[in-house]
Amino acid sequence: MPNKIANRKVICDVLMEHAKTDKDVVVLCSDSRGSASLTPFFNEYPEQSVEVGIAEQDLVGIAAGLAACGKKPFAASPASFLSTRSYEQCKIDCAYSDTNVKLIGISGGISYGALGMSHHSAQDIAAMSAIPNMRVYLPSDRFQTRKLFEALLQDQKCAYIRVGRNPVEDVYTEDDCPFQMDKATLVRDGEDVLLVACGEMVRPAVDAAEILEKSGISASVLDMYCVKPLDREAIVRQASKARAVVSVEEHSPFGGLGSMVAQVVGQECPKTCVTMALPDSPVITGTSKEVFDYYGLNGEGIAKRAIEALGK
Amino acid sequence: MNYKSLAYDLRKDTLDIIMSGGGGHIGGDMSEMEVLVALYLAGGMNVSPQNMDDPNRDRFVLSKGHSVEAYYAVLAKAGFLDIDEVKEKFSKFGSPYIGHPNNHLPGIEMNSGSLGHGLPVSVGMALAGKMDGRGYRVYTLLGDGEFAEGSNWEALESGAMYGLDNLCAIIDRNHLQISGNTEDVMAHEKLAAKVAAFNWNVIDVKDANDLDQVMAALEEARRCKGKPSFIIANTVKGCGSPVMENKASWHHHVPTPEEYDQIVKDLESRKEALQDA
Repeated sequence: MPNKIANRKVICDVLMEHAKTDKDVVVLCSDSRGSASLTPFFNEYPEQSVEVGIAEQDLVGIAAGLAACGKKPFAASPASFLSTRSYEQCKIDCAYSDTNVKLIGISGGISYGALGMSHHSAQDIAAMSAIPNMRVYLPSDRFQTRKLFEALLQDQKCAYIRVGRNPVEDVYTEDDCPFQMDKATLVRDGEDVLLVACGEMVRPAVDAAEILEKSGISASVLDMYCVKPLDREAIVRQASKARAVVSVEEHSPFGGLGSMVAQVVGQECPKTCVTMALPDSPVITGTSKEVFDYYGLNGEGIAKRAIEALGK
Repeated sequence: MNYKSLAYDLRKDTLDIIMSGGGGHIGGDMSEMEVLVALYLAGGMNVSPQNMDDPNRDRFVLSKGHSVEAYYAVLAKAGFLDIDEVKEKFSKFGSPYIGHPNNHLPGIEMNSGSLGHGLPVSVGMALAGKMDGRGYRVYTLLGDGEFAEGSNWEALESGAMYGLDNLCAIIDRNHLQISGNTEDVMAHEKLAAKVAAFNWNVIDVKDANDLDQVMAALEEARRCKGKPSFIIANTVKGCGSPVMENKASWHHHVPTPEEYDQIVKDLESRKEALQDA
């Protein structure tokens, strides 16, 4: 049965569990508590909830001020607005001032589908990763999202976390979700081609590996949920034994996971790198699935590009 | 301690910092001096090198971060920094004393530089104080040119919404920004009424280069309950010498040796006049 639980819902569950015993855990929203699935948190912990209205600059500035005074703020707002409208606050008030603000970009990538480019965040990985002292995470499924947030609750540094709007197929299970902070998860090992993906593209990469296996091609799949700090060692380890590398992301082709992977492979173990990403244009109108299918960002599409890359 | 005359000694320190570094926002440094002296030296705030890690200390954010040279001079006088080191290293290669506040230095809470950041951050700090039931107060100093930034107006709303009477914003109303008169660049006419309309307690200080008036305003703000305070500190840009007073071109300017000598003389005369008074 397909998973019906979105990653954002899991975030709310984890934060509520911790808010019960840790009064410093604070959630901020910019009229986004519903979109972020954080309404239960606001209802259960009103004194640890801050509504700032539709004011993303204020959202991040206030979060930084709270953090500077010892609180543990989690500021949730659509990734499209959080990563652009409040970009300077993310840069100066969070990263540069070194405050413990966790920025949750909800409905990331093209989650908002037909709402169009104003609501899409196909630039957030590039933008956020370029800020010194900012970490960037894109968890792949609900089980990993839980483990990531459990880890983030324990540290004191700022981070940007992007999650999608819709439930995604599981990559892991409740009992089998290997996780080490800032280390990519090797979902499956292989010899011929390396598939590196982040966020919602991990599951299609796993699907692609299964398709490739049927054609006698052995693919490894690396879940690079930690886009920054990028797990360079894992890339080199897996890419070294492969003949080609395919990166997959729900992002612009510039400055995202593909750019970073190509940089590492080019320096450490040069070989064919294919970057699969959204186009450098407003995406075609449709649901996430329709858009991904159109651009080949699904199991079949990834497998096809991997075969092409190996044929070079 | 005569804090009024001390403000002129600190203007001289500020001048020396700028001369040494070969750059600085001298006009706003000079206009904001009494506000900083009031907060850090004359008892306006409960913060010192001895309690700088105490969660109950008062907080300050210099939102008009470019006026950092005066801030360095005041922080040094308050014991956070070594003035000789600041003068020697300001803006030099590898120096920790850069042209905007940086919280790697003792006494500085938040980094600033780009305008429109201090007020939202201060709202967060004040909110944290309310959440934790702490009695500290939060102060932020804004430039009047800076007030065109939209983020300030977002924070005016949230500061009032949460009834942050532990928050006090101060605007250095010197009427000049880099391109000229603020009212010509982007008018703030009816500033007091606008901010009051956001449900802030507005305190209009006629001459905020008079320390007594600043201290009285801080006290008035402290007494206000249920809403945040906004002090309009009417000041003179370049205050201290006719060479630089009320001149937009002195927003960022390094005095020539002749100008330096004249300013030093003028600062000395102002100080003497205060002592005679």
